Amino acid sequence: MANYRKMAAPTPDPESQPFWDAATQGKFLVRKCNGCGKVHWYPRTICPFCASDETEWVDGKGTGTIYTYTVMRRAKEPYVVAYVELDEGPKMLTNIVECDVDSVEIGQQVELVWVPTTEDGPPVPCFKPA
Amino acid sequence: MSINGAAYIVGAFEHPTRFAPDKSTAQLHGEVAVGAIRDAGLSKDDIDGLFVSGDAPGGLQSMGNYLNLKLRHVDNVDIGGVSPIVQVAHAAEAIKLGKCNVALITLAGRPRAEEIKTGTTPRVRHASAPDVQWEFPYSVPTAVAYAIAAKRHMYEYGTTSEQLAWIKVAASHHAQHNPNAMLKDVVTVEDVVNSPMVSDPLHRLDCCVISDGGGAIIVARPEIAKSLKRPKVKLLGAGETTKHQEGGMFDITYSGAVRSGPTAFAEARVTQGDIKYVSIYDSFTITVLMQLEDLGFCEKGKGGAFVSDGNLISGVGKLPFNTDGGGLCNNHPTNRGGITKIIEAVRQLRGEAHPKVQVKNCDLALAHGTGGQLGVRHGSGTIIMERE
Repeated sequence: MANYRKMAAPTPDPESQPFWDAATQGKFLVRKCNGCGKVHWYPRTICPFCASDETEWVDGKGTGTIYTYTVMRRAKEPYVVAYVELDEGPKMLTNIVECDVDSVEIGQQVELVWVPTTEDGPPVPCFKPA
Repeated sequence: MSINGAAYIVGAFEHPTRFAPDKSTAQLHGEVAVGAIRDAGLSKDDIDGLFVSGDAPGGLQSMGNYLNLKLRHVDNVDIGGVSPIVQVAHAAEAIKLGKCNVALITLAGRPRAEEIKTGTTPRVRHASAPDVQWEFPYSVPTAVAYAIAAKRHMYEYGTTSEQLAWIKVAASHHAQHNPNAMLKDVVTVEDVVNSPMVSDPLHRLDCCVISDGGGAIIVARPEIAKSLKRPKVKLLGAGETTKHQEGGMFDITYSGAVRSGPTAFAEARVTQGDIKYVSIYDSFTITVLMQLEDLGFCEKGKGGAFVSDGNLISGVGKLPFNTDGGGLCNNHPTNRGGITKIIEAVRQLRGEAHPKVQVKNCDLALAHGTGGQLGVRHGSGTIIMERE
């Protein structure tokens, strides 16, 4: 298993609990609006595009491309923070892992990888080069 | 209805300290309040409006109690370090509506004394905020949230580290004349790009200082301003907004200045070419570059060329900025740079900046800020002021 930076556990709330429950099962959900048909990120009940509350959880593809990134050097181990543009459309703040931090590039194709968190929290969705 | 001409900035004070282990945060707020009241030639009992933000310990109630003010208007808008710029506008609105006559705005704190690792350690400001769970695990300290915007700006527009470095170089040229500045040494483009990398593409010298201290501003109605002996700084226009991730469908290369700027220019009925001096929030070099583009001082994407070759240096370039040395060299009290941006603009309009950096015939100035995290979500505020 890859050697990850210790990642803080997310703090689920009633609105997000289904996402983190699915994450524990290794399933990546995104939120889709049945009013306008669009997928948004981060997931919420009210569609941020059309304000419809007819939104639902659907399976995410877990693939995308790097929109922008940075290598944080002022850390024990440098790590990569990025926005990944999901193939469904929205951009998602995340980490790029299982990579040479110096070879990450904008436009690079990436795929989902679950990274464990502290305190037995649910894993968080990160990405690695595809 | 407009705030053009509705209020004047009559008092301004910047605390000289940059390290205050022997003072309380409330005391710093108190000292800057007294400094601004004296600068205006008013007394404490003239204050009937109080504006503070997230840095004020205990908020409006505790600050009102500490200073023992008799208030009839209070406001604690908090959209990050830009807040005092927005509060100047809100004070003018309150004055126009007759809700107060003399508004005090304070900002102060002591992150250095408290050894807060401001830019490189993630901080949770509001644990219950809905976005925190989608961010905190990924460790996004402030420097990272600006670096990701810089990286994409470089990718789309070809902006270079050397161009960003010119912003720091200009600030350092100004700071050498400020005896209170934290960093008084003039630096070169090479110094900046050779300084240690913090978060690609931002080097240590692309980042602002961490300082204790603060400042205060007093805004008053025209009749009061005209009765005082200080030069008159009239508020002409203002704009404010927030910018965020837009459900994931956002462009990270622009800031909220694209909305707050045009609103302020329209209300002030002036254009970019009329402005003689700008205070531009400089948490990082990239912040300045994007804001100048978004305020319309140059074409979008051409900010790199615009800031190069000393164009922001007073007496050298076309658009003198942050002549106190800004957050990059002088002061970024309590990690919030809004108040110092207003204060230096007021100095310029009064003709009270350091003679080496004073802009000639400085009759029109703009102050603009970005609070929060540029590449994640932020607040923006713009004000335009005129010497009368």
